[in-house]
Amino acid sequence: MTRWHDFIEKDGKAPAWPYPIHYDKEQEIETDILVIGGGIAGCWAAIAAARNGAKVAIAEKGDVSRSGAGGPGCDHWCNVPANPLSNVDPDEWASAMANMPYCNGIGIQIQCREDWDTLVEMEDMGGKIRDTKDEYVGAKGRDTKSKIMISPRYTRNVSFGPDAADRRKFKSNPQDKLNNTVIRVWGTTFKAALKKECKKLGVKIFDRVMITSLLTEKGVQGARVVGATGLNGRTGEFMIFKSKASIVATAGDWSLYLLNTELAGYNTFRSRTITGDGNAMAFKAGAELTLMERTGDMHLATGFKHTWYGGAGDASYENVPIVDAKGKRLPWPTQGWEDGGAMRPSQKDMEKILAGLKSGQYQLPFFGDFPAMKDIERSATWDLMLGEESTTKNITDSYERAGFNPSKHLLMNFSLIEGNTPTQWRTAGGGGPMVDWNLKTTLDGLYVAGENTFAAGDHSYAAATGRYAGRKAAAYTKQVAQGVVSKQQINQEKKRVYAPIKRTSGIDWKELHAGIAKAMQYFCSEYKTDLLLNMGLDALKEIEEVHVPRLYALDPHKLMRAVEDLSLLTHGRIIINAALARKTSSRMLNHFRIDYPQLDPPEWDKYLTIKLANDKVKIGSKPQRYFGDMVKNYEKYNKDYTGVYKRK
Amino acid sequence: MTQQKTYALPNTTTPGSNVIFNPAKCNGCNHCVEVCQCDVYIPNPVKGKPPVILHPDECWYCGCCVNDCPRPGAVYFNWPVQQRAYWMDKKTGKILRDSQT
Repeated sequence: MTRWHDFIEKDGKAPAWPYPIHYDKEQEIETDILVIGGGIAGCWAAIAAARNGAKVAIAEKGDVSRSGAGGPGCDHWCNVPANPLSNVDPDEWASAMANMPYCNGIGIQIQCREDWDTLVEMEDMGGKIRDTKDEYVGAKGRDTKSKIMISPRYTRNVSFGPDAADRRKFKSNPQDKLNNTVIRVWGTTFKAALKKECKKLGVKIFDRVMITSLLTEKGVQGARVVGATGLNGRTGEFMIFKSKASIVATAGDWSLYLLNTELAGYNTFRSRTITGDGNAMAFKAGAELTLMERTGDMHLATGFKHTWYGGAGDASYENVPIVDAKGKRLPWPTQGWEDGGAMRPSQKDMEKILAGLKSGQYQLPFFGDFPAMKDIERSATWDLMLGEESTTKNITDSYERAGFNPSKHLLMNFSLIEGNTPTQWRTAGGGGPMVDWNLKTTLDGLYVAGENTFAAGDHSYAAATGRYAGRKAAAYTKQVAQGVVSKQQINQEKKRVYAPIKRTSGIDWKELHAGIAKAMQYFCSEYKTDLLLNMGLDALKEIEEVHVPRLYALDPHKLMRAVEDLSLLTHGRIIINAALARKTSSRMLNHFRIDYPQLDPPEWDKYLTIKLANDKVKIGSKPQRYFGDMVKNYEKYNKDYTGVYKRK
Repeated sequence: MTQQKTYALPNTTTPGSNVIFNPAKCNGCNHCVEVCQCDVYIPNPVKGKPPVILHPDECWYCGCCVNDCPRPGAVYFNWPVQQRAYWMDKKTGKILRDSQT
């Protein structure tokens, strides 16, 4: 009696909705700071803000104890050059990381200066960051004194690409010692500890609540953000938050281009809850967004392919040699000490492998040769890394239950025998609100953290920038009074949010999501032209005008999913408008225009910005490195910060 | 074979059962219902019984429900057949597969 249809067959009826239904009921909460999204960035923002004296509330679509991409766990604390075992200066490391166009130098500088402080605080809260039980004595990278375990990643270069093994010179590391800027951690202990700390500090947690819109002063687009509206996905209750400041920490949007719940569930490497809400609500409130034209290719875990970590060597399986079907070693990186953590073969090695397959030198399929590893290294990879990484513990547990033993068995690798990802399958993450050195957006009262800061979504980055945004937002709230919300804006939003439950037929959220994804695949993917992109805008407009009014929901959960679809729709519109505005091609932005094929010409070497003013799309620009001198500005904006680095 | 009433039901989603509960071990504490990011489960209407899998198609296999279960073995993953792993025995060269049921 655990499946839905068991109840039909036994009782002849479906189980009743288990939670009270409160459609149209309003709950009003007044706080200094509202944190939107209770993942890693959100929790750290809440903790930092509360420690700086602010009254804080978190709204989270799941449950803060395990929500977000980093909720299940984390195996690497990346880019922590201020750690005591590091051989590189944090500022030099930050400068190397930011030595590429279209990065967020502000976030990078924050991460490099404050990541070690953040990790130490994590330990103080109960997170495990050292091999205190001496389980991995003898593993390479383990420091005997501190029991910290350095990872092979980034030991020679700031890269996990094929050039990871190439020695990059650092002035601060004249003897070319290993850089030691990544630490292996026991991340399954982190999220529960963060929730406990939030509670200890009196942070009010609103689990199962989706923030649906930002409220601006007097309802004016572009004015100060003074609160937000929310929807409870279990009860349907409407929430009104009044806050002096809000911090958006809702990450990116991994399923805008793809919906496939058949075959393997909702598996896009992120949960359904990550649906671009933050970018959509910031845009509608009038904030300026940037890099929205950048998209990533979806290489994994869509249900059409194996799940991430479903086979050796194609993800972060450190130090595992890759062999062919006859056990012959391939020139494929091990993601380990010998190749500086490289995850992919170079083009030259790949050509060798392909030629070897044709000549009969190598045979498919390939395998990860766990038994060939030293016992302690195998254990560090299988038990520590995969046991602690988000979403992989259940895989190693399942394999072991089925009889897999890494000391005896080679795990099959899916490289080459599994089809390549169509280039139409993309991730929409990568862009977000423009930020200044306070991680404040262009709107007063609105801050962002984590993946929302047009940056990579790694765990330690989310933690460090969350902690920073919380600190800065708390300082702001000490200078301002509560703003004035607009009743009219609230009522309009209420009408929008509840529309799907007022209907009993039409289309459900899954059909709408798939429809939006298909429009994005056709009109804003590999082949981009003005004509195609404009057809894309028309397609989304048609969805908005014809199909959104048919959207229906059976219960509060499906209502929340339906409202998430509306975020996806807005997110899609922003991306297509931004793609139209960049009338050139760019390798770094994965943005290739057939009608403007010139690759990264100097006149386009700038951030494009996009915002709404009077509900009209406005395009602007900011120069590369608009954030200025990273070290000078970091120090200017953080005079009172007492972190490890300053003590050096 | 016991004659049961046959209902007209739609196809179940795929996956239809992202996890399997062991009713002998599960005491219906609903911890998994609370930690699930996506509300895949709802509490069983009968107190003390395993939760109902309401939205298996929304599961992204993050693992929290299984990993955090206070009664180990009360719930475990049921990987869709197409997502099961293959491996090779180093000694015999035999190809093996996750054939759990």
